[in-house]
Amino acid sequence: MEFVKPELEYAELLPLLIVFGGACLGVALEAILPRGTRRLPQVGLALVTVVAALVATVVVGVNLDEHAGAAGGEGRGLVGAMGSIVVDGPTVYLWGLLLVFALGGIALFGEQRLEGGVSAFTGQAAALPGTEGEREASTRGLEHTEVYPLLLFAVFGMLLFPASGDLLTMFVALEVLSLPLYLLCGLARRRRLLSQEAAMKYFLLGAFASGFFLYGAALVYGYAGSVSFAGINEAVRAGSANHGLLLAGIGLLAVGLLFKVGAAPFQAWTPDVYQGAPTAVTAFMAAGTKVAAFGALLRLLYVAFGGERWSWQPMLWVIAIASMLLGAILAIVQNDVKRMLAYSSVAHTGFILVGVLGVQSAGELADGQYTSLEGVLFYLTTYGFAMIGAFAIVTLVRDAGGEATAYDRWAGLGRTSPLVAGAFAFFLLSMAGIPLTAGFIGKWAVFTSALSAGAWPVVLVAIACSILAITFYVRHIRLMFFTEPSQDGAGVVTRSSLLTSGTIVVCLAATLVLGVVPGPVLDLVTGAGDFIR
Amino acid sequence: MNALTALTLKASETTIPVVSPSDADGPFTLLWLIIALPLLGAAVLLLGGRYTDKWGHLLGTATSATSFVISLVLFVTLLGRDEGERQISQHLYDWIEAGGLHIGLDLLYDPLSALFLLLITGVGSLIHVYSIGYMAHDPRRRRFFAYLNLFVAAMLMLILSENYVGLFLGWEGVGLASYLLIGFWQHKPSAAAAAKKAFVINRVGDMGLGLAIFLMIVTFGTTSFSGISAMSGGATETTLNWIGVLLLVGACGKSAQVPLQAWLLDAMEGPTPVSALIHAATMVTAGVYLITRSNFVFELAPTAQTAVVIVATVTLLWGAIIGCAKDDIKKGLAGSTMSQIGYMMLGAGLGVAGYAFAIFHLLTHGFFKANMFLGAGSVMHAMDDDVDMRHYGALNKMLPVTFLTFAMGYLAIIGFPGFSGFWSKDKIIETALVENPVVGVCALLGAGVTGFYMTRMMLMTFFTDKRWEKDVHPHESPKVMTIPLIVLAALSVLGGLMLAGNWIVDWLSPVVGHAEHHEPPVPVIVLTLLTVAVVAVGVALAWFLVGRQEVPRTAPADVSFATKAARADLYGDAINEGLVVAPGKATVSGLTAGDRSIVDGLFTGGTTVLAGTGELLRRLQNGYVRSYALGILGGALLLVLTLVVVN
Repeated sequence: MEFVKPELEYAELLPLLIVFGGACLGVALEAILPRGTRRLPQVGLALVTVVAALVATVVVGVNLDEHAGAAGGEGRGLVGAMGSIVVDGPTVYLWGLLLVFALGGIALFGEQRLEGGVSAFTGQAAALPGTEGEREASTRGLEHTEVYPLLLFAVFGMLLFPASGDLLTMFVALEVLSLPLYLLCGLARRRRLLSQEAAMKYFLLGAFASGFFLYGAALVYGYAGSVSFAGINEAVRAGSANHGLLLAGIGLLAVGLLFKVGAAPFQAWTPDVYQGAPTAVTAFMAAGTKVAAFGALLRLLYVAFGGERWSWQPMLWVIAIASMLLGAILAIVQNDVKRMLAYSSVAHTGFILVGVLGVQSAGELADGQYTSLEGVLFYLTTYGFAMIGAFAIVTLVRDAGGEATAYDRWAGLGRTSPLVAGAFAFFLLSMAGIPLTAGFIGKWAVFTSALSAGAWPVVLVAIACSILAITFYVRHIRLMFFTEPSQDGAGVVTRSSLLTSGTIVVCLAATLVLGVVPGPVLDLVTGAGDFIR
Repeated sequence: MNALTALTLKASETTIPVVSPSDADGPFTLLWLIIALPLLGAAVLLLGGRYTDKWGHLLGTATSATSFVISLVLFVTLLGRDEGERQISQHLYDWIEAGGLHIGLDLLYDPLSALFLLLITGVGSLIHVYSIGYMAHDPRRRRFFAYLNLFVAAMLMLILSENYVGLFLGWEGVGLASYLLIGFWQHKPSAAAAAKKAFVINRVGDMGLGLAIFLMIVTFGTTSFSGISAMSGGATETTLNWIGVLLLVGACGKSAQVPLQAWLLDAMEGPTPVSALIHAATMVTAGVYLITRSNFVFELAPTAQTAVVIVATVTLLWGAIIGCAKDDIKKGLAGSTMSQIGYMMLGAGLGVAGYAFAIFHLLTHGFFKANMFLGAGSVMHAMDDDVDMRHYGALNKMLPVTFLTFAMGYLAIIGFPGFSGFWSKDKIIETALVENPVVGVCALLGAGVTGFYMTRMMLMTFFTDKRWEKDVHPHESPKVMTIPLIVLAALSVLGGLMLAGNWIVDWLSPVVGHAEHHEPPVPVIVLTLLTVAVVAVGVALAWFLVGRQEVPRTAPADVSFATKAARADLYGDAINEGLVVAPGKATVSGLTAGDRSIVDGLFTGGTTVLAGTGELLRRLQNGYVRSYALGILGGALLLVLTLVVVN
């Protein structure tokens, strides 16, 4: 076997390399700097890394036209790194989005004022809960600054995930993004047992789902004789005798990805993990993982299995309907804010899947309609901002035991802190899809796209579920504004530093602007073009 | 753009001018300021709150007066222009852009709106001045002036708009101001109820106007006067009839025409300056303006035009009959207003021959009715806010200025030769007799009834025996109130000058068209003498029935059926109650019951089922990783099976 020296397009892969380099440098900093002096350099490094990557992404995006038709397809971009990484319009858009959400994540990670001068992460992860070691770590004010490199590694995995050009790269990206998140989930300062349980569950189930993905990859390789999406696409279009092999492969690969996006019936981990993880991690994970995994799902289904569209669409119909119904119904019976948001994210997964079912090529659409890719990308944008903003507000509402996430602690919050409660209500309204918020435009885009593809039964269910979802969003708003505060102590909004409040304001502004003047971002999404092979 | 005369449509025997204004230049660029000033005044007074209490009434009067000065300057400038160049438009900004529909916030200044501008800002300013004295002791005077300013701004928007949507904006604005001012003394339940009644009945009319606008958008794709006047010849007669009838419904609501007349008498609960300005001189005449302005629709819609004439004739008699039996001086005047607007509507319904006279009567009525309402206010001021004429009597010596000015208004309204009302009403009756003898006779009869009820009012208030209580000490009002009275009295006398040399007809002909002159079957002088004779009979009757007899202090109960009916506003409220309110209430209670049982039942039932389902599903979320993993496995199997089965 001849060994070929890989050719790397450094200029186009720069965002990936910057983030990876920053993460490695962060690990080195942990080793070099003494404990106690690490926080500032780590936060600074993470911020600089992400901002630099964002700049690089913009540069790549602007220069993307140079590669127009490079791959011979309709879209713009190039297939780099020997076919394993694809930098095209959607990739660049998702990179930008992920990096913006990463900025929000870093800001929330860096918040210290809420816990009285320490971060929301445990002082010493190795110390068992309730032991002398934990108390000591707590009194010495220790903290884990490893969270920043971990976050950067996760971001690297997220960036790679939707950009991968073959099944193996996709699997590696899946693991690279997941492993740091498993760790981060277990690092909560308060309620550590819950946090560790969440991390454990996430890890076990994630590993289980990865197994499915890998097995599916093997089956598809058996069918197509290639792991690259372009190769699979050719094999699928050429057709072959072992159709069953392909179908089983598609199903198992889908399981792995649908687990990551938290679609029913693979959603069981979401509420437990969202609740147990430190809220800053939940915010980052809820937005980032969903964006990256949907990007990967779209690439896999459209690029590799585009020719088998009629095979996998019924499967997605079922999954979408199940996710929306399950998410909406279960969210109604929750009494914890974080769990409610988790179930609502399951419902949102369903809504986005409705968009995945939409029309794929712009040629089949009338003016003013959106392709499914455009709809999904826009929805992900609106969803991410609303989720990060909402979870950021969850970190503010506290009582003696830390964050107060139970419903009765939120009762009457609108009277004591009208601004914060109002902002939270606005995020909820956006998630519910009320006009003049970003969520409305997002839902509009994905529903119309699915409608033009003739998937009206799913759209009907989606609209019914939107109405169901309004029930629990509005109930929470009523709880905050029109319910008497509970007798045994209500949650109090704690003053945060600029890191958290700034994040909330940015998310609020984005949600409002995307709802009132969605034009520029819709243009950006439309300009992103198609996937290339 | 000033090719006004080039574009005219030939329809039956008359020509309908097309609205084609030129862009505003020179002093006409100030047009927007006329609306903006009172609007600014309202905003400052409402937002400034009690900080503006001290000088609020002065600011309110100043903004209105400034608008009047600008209107006067523009009017003089317009006089200096050639007839073909007397339509000026000002585009403020693009208001609504929706697909093929473009609606701009455009203003139109032409001979018609010029006259209205003078009336509204002129009479409006006088009433502002009068209110300074009338409302002097009211703790909420500043708010009163804010509402007055709001009204003036909305009314100006109504008559200055170049399209129906802008007109509708003003239309709703005056409705709001009217509601706020009728209910100004909201601590009185009767005032609050009257405000609500006016608002609700006006809603019916507004719905008609709204539908008319929708129909125009559907038919013509535009709502601008210039667009529709150029295109109305191309629409079918049926469509135009519908538009016309719907516009008439709108006009009936705002101008208190039968069958939407019931609110006007109750509206007298508002402070008297409001009754004078809104419910006599300006707002209630908006319906006449609407129909005159829409001449390009009505001229091509004969059925709608006939409907206007019928409504007008019924109303002019209806209002006059009510006026005969009222003991409340303001309600008597309100009935008279209704009747006089009926005359204007009649003029407008008669088409090209009558538009100019309708507007002429509208202007003279604006002068003499505002004069008499303010006079009534002055009397009430003197009599401790008592409105019952049976408690007045022999006030001519006590209130000399009020008496003399009121007398000028009285002579004008009954059509005493030489006074303004004589010229304007006479012209309408004459035209009606020419066009349709039945309607003409009704109008003539109305003039006689007018003579009766106005003389009755005059006698009961200023002559006969004095019937007021010992502790009432009538006194003349302060100068700030009497000076507006004197000005308005002068206008009531001299308003007829507008007809000199047929000026007003020629002035308005670029807007409403020029009619072929039909010679009446008998000489004009005979008709005029006939009218004067009928009025004289009415006056004489009043003299014998009221002036020569003792007026009881309380209204006698044993009266004829006709008197009872007139006292009950000809059962207008009862008809509304039976035809609309009672069935409406029944429907609402039925719907409420249905909503409670069926809709709420479905909803609560549905949520209960959902919550139950949720609780069941929740059990699957038991916290054990092994169950979750099993779920994933099951899901994966299901997925693969679906894939295989479907294919």
